[in-house]
Amino acid sequence: MKQSFLRKIRDSRLFWPLTAWIIILVFDAIVEPSFFKLGIMQDPVYGAHLYGNLIDIFNNGAPLMLAAIGMTLVIATGGVDLSVGAVIAISAAMGAVLINPALGNQLISNAILTKDATNTPLPIIILADLAAGTLCGLWNGILVSRARIQPMVATLILMVAGRGIAQLITNGQIMTIYYTPYYWFGNGYILGLPVSIYIVAVVLLFGWVLVRKTAIGLFIESVGINAKSTYYSGINEQNVKLLAYMFCGFCGAIAGLILSSYVHSADGNNNGLNYELDAILSVVMGGTLMTGGRFSLVASAIGAVVIWTFTVTVYSLGVPANALLAAKAVLVLLVILLYSDYTRRLMNRLFERRGPQHGTAN
Amino acid sequence: MTDTQNVVVMKGISKSFPGVVALENVDFVLRRGEIHALMGENGAGKSTLIKVLTGVEQPDKGTIELNGKLVQVRSPQHSQELGISTVYQEVNLCTNISVAENIMLGHEPHRLGSIDWRKMNELANKAINRLGINIDVSHPLGNYSVAIQQMVAITRALEVLSAKVLIFDEPTSSLDIHETNLLFDVMRKLKSEGIGIVFITHFLDQVYQVANRITVLRNGKLVGTFDAASLPRVELVAKMLGRSLTELDAISKVKSPEGEKKEKDHLVNVSGLGLKGSLEPVDLELYAHEILGIAGLLGSGRTEMAGLIFGIDSPDSGSLTVSGKKVGHFSPLESLKRGIALCPEDRKAEGVVGDLTIRENIILALQARYGWFKFMSRQKQDEIAEKYIKLLGIVTPSSDQLVKNLSGGNQQKVILARWLATNPKVLILDEPTRGIDVGAKTEIQKLVLELAEEGKSCVFISSEMDEVLRISDRIAVMRDRKKVAEYPGNVDGKTLIHTMAGES
Repeated sequence: MKQSFLRKIRDSRLFWPLTAWIIILVFDAIVEPSFFKLGIMQDPVYGAHLYGNLIDIFNNGAPLMLAAIGMTLVIATGGVDLSVGAVIAISAAMGAVLINPALGNQLISNAILTKDATNTPLPIIILADLAAGTLCGLWNGILVSRARIQPMVATLILMVAGRGIAQLITNGQIMTIYYTPYYWFGNGYILGLPVSIYIVAVVLLFGWVLVRKTAIGLFIESVGINAKSTYYSGINEQNVKLLAYMFCGFCGAIAGLILSSYVHSADGNNNGLNYELDAILSVVMGGTLMTGGRFSLVASAIGAVVIWTFTVTVYSLGVPANALLAAKAVLVLLVILLYSDYTRRLMNRLFERRGPQHGTAN
Repeated sequence: MTDTQNVVVMKGISKSFPGVVALENVDFVLRRGEIHALMGENGAGKSTLIKVLTGVEQPDKGTIELNGKLVQVRSPQHSQELGISTVYQEVNLCTNISVAENIMLGHEPHRLGSIDWRKMNELANKAINRLGINIDVSHPLGNYSVAIQQMVAITRALEVLSAKVLIFDEPTSSLDIHETNLLFDVMRKLKSEGIGIVFITHFLDQVYQVANRITVLRNGKLVGTFDAASLPRVELVAKMLGRSLTELDAISKVKSPEGEKKEKDHLVNVSGLGLKGSLEPVDLELYAHEILGIAGLLGSGRTEMAGLIFGIDSPDSGSLTVSGKKVGHFSPLESLKRGIALCPEDRKAEGVVGDLTIRENIILALQARYGWFKFMSRQKQDEIAEKYIKLLGIVTPSSDQLVKNLSGGNQQKVILARWLATNPKVLILDEPTRGIDVGAKTEIQKLVLELAEEGKSCVFISSEMDEVLRISDRIAVMRDRKKVAEYPGNVDGKTLIHTMAGES
C-alpha cells in the first residue's frame, strides 16, 4: 500500500509538536508582530550576540528541553520520574557549594564569600554536578528495577527528599554564586547564540547516538511495550530501566548547572520547581505514550520549546506571572484534546476525504 | 421452514478496512435452538463478521435481520439490548466483586432505596442454578476458575440481558477437559431452550461434539454452510484451507516409524530440577535430532518445567547440565547464550512485542545476545528478517509491519523466527499451535520436524494429544506438577490419556 505524502508527514513523530509550535507562533505573529524581532546586542563580557523573544525561548527553555530529553527515556520504559525538579536543585546546590571559596575555609568573611574566585577547578565542579544527578538517577533506577516499586511512588521519594538534600548541601541557605566563569553556561554566547543552545544540541546528539546507534533504543521501546516478552527474549529489562533513570538524572544535572548559572544562585526550594511536570508534558506533546514504547528525543525537545514559547507569549501579552499557571492549564487541556484518539480520527477523516478523490478521478 | 425459525439473518455483508477486504458479500443464517460453528483460518473474516453482528463495526454493505425485522446494530451496547451477547475466552467481568453483583450489575433489586442484597443473591443463585451450577454467589468472582467465570457471563447474558443469541468466541481455549464438557452441557441446554448459539473455535473435535451446522469462511468470502453430520472432518479442513489434503497427510509421512534414528547427542540433562509450589523434582534428558513431546493437562506443571529449564525462574533443587556443563546462573539471557530457546505459552503476554515491527521482533533475541553496543546494522536486520519471513512463510506485506497486526499463526512464526535466528541447540515450544488456524498449525508441526531432522533438540508441549502423538519421538507425561511417565513415540493414545488423567 502506498501512503500519501500527507499521511507520511502526519505519521511523523515531529508533526504534532511542530504543528502546536507553529500555531502558537502564528498567533504571536498576528497579535504581536514585534514578537519575532531580533536584534544584535553588545555584551561587555560576551561580545556581540543576538537577542529577542526567539533567542530567549531557546535560552530559557534549555533546562526544560534537557529535562524533557531525559524524561523521554524513562517514560518510554513505561515509567515516570517525578524527581527531575529536585535533581535540578541538588545539582545547582552542588555547584554553588563547590564554587564557594569559603569551602573548607576556617575564616569566613563577606569579602571571601563574594570574591569572584573559587578553590575548586571548574571541571571538577561540572563533574561533581553530573555525578550527583546521575547518582540520583541510579537511586531511582534501583528502586524501580530492583525493588520493583512503582515508578511514580519510587521517584516521589526523591521528589520530596531531594529538595531537603539540596538544602542540606547549602546549609539551608540560598547561595549566591559570584564566580564569573560559571556564569558562561547560562549567559554566555558562541557565535552570537546562547551557550545553552549548544549544550542542548550536544546532549541531544549524545542521546541520539546512545539510543539509535546502539541497541539501547530498541530495548527501551521493547521494555516499554511489553517488559515480560522482552525479558523472555533474553534482555535484562532491569538494567535497561536502570540506564533510563540514570540518563534522566544526568540530564537533570545539566539542567541544574545551566539554571544555577543563569540565575547566579542555588535555591533548594525553588530551582527547577515544577520542572518534572513540564517535562512530562513536553514528552507527551512529543508523542511518546505515558504507557511507554516508541519515543523520539527530538520530538520531546520540541515539546519543551512549545511550552516555553507559550510561556513567553503569555508574558508578552501582559498576563501577570501569577496567572501563568492558569494559562498553562489551558495549554494542557488543548494538548490533551488535540492528542485524543477522537481528534486524530477526525483529522484523518478530514484529510482522507480529500485523498481518494485524487486517485479515482471518476 | 418458516422465516421465524431464523433468529439472525445476515445478507450480503461486506466490510473493508484500509488495504484489506475483510468480508465480501457474506451470508450467515442462525436458527433458533442451534449451535452454529463459525470456522475458518485466521484472517478468514470470522471476527469481523462477529464484530458486525455485535455492532463493533458497521458493515459497508449488507443487511441484518433479527427475528425477521431489519435492524441496524449501532454499538455493542445496542446489540446487547437487541438480545445478542458474547462470551469471550477471557471473561470481561469484574473479578473483585461478588458473583451475584456481576450477574445483576445495573439491574440490582432495590429496597428502601438501597440494594436488597438478600434478594439479589437469591435471584443470582436461581439464575446460575438454571445452568446446573452450584456455587456461593456471594463470593468474589475472582475466587472461581475461568470456567465458572464464563458460566457467570452466560448467566448474566441470559438473565439480565435476556439474550436470544449467544456468541461463544474461543470459549474453551483456557479450559481443561472437564470444564469444556461442563460448558458443552450448558450450551446444549441453552440450545434446547431455543437460544441461537454461534460457536467459534479452533478445535475440530469440539465442533463435531456440539455443533449442528457449520459455516466456513475463507479470505473474507463464504465457502458455505453445512450440516455437521454430513460433513466429514477432512472435508471441513479442506474447505477451510482451500487446498489439497496431501499437505496435511505429509506430516504423518515425515515421521513414519523408522525406528531409532542416528546416533543421538546427549544435550541436556535435567536432574531433580524443581521449585517448591511450582514443580516437583523432574528428571529428563534431551537429545539432538529428537522431539520430546510433553503431554499434560493445564496446570500439570509442563509450563513451569519449561520455565525452569529456560531460566525464567531459578530452581531450588536439582541441577541442569547443558552440553556437559552444569548451569549455575539461571536467566533467559544465560539460556540464550547456552543455546536454549523458549517459545512461551502466552504468545501475547510473553512472546511478541506488539508495537514493534516484525523485523525488530525477529532480531530481538539475537541482539540480546550481542548486547547493548554491538547493534546490528539496519541492513543486517533486514537480511535476517527477510530470511525468516521467507523460511517460515510469514504472511505480511513487509517486515516493517507491526507484529500486533498479524494473525496468531504468523505471530507464532515471528517468535519462532526470533529464536531460530539465535541458532539454538534446544528449542522448547510451549503450546506453539494454540489458537492458530489449521494451516499454520500444520506448517509449524512440519517445521518442528524439520528442525529435529537438522539436529536440534525440540521439546514440544501441547494439550492437543493428536499433535503430540504425531510428531514426538519420545513422550513425557506430566500430572499434578510432576513428571509421571515417559513413553516411546509410538505409544497409543489411550495409554497416554489414562496416564494424563491418572487412572491406571
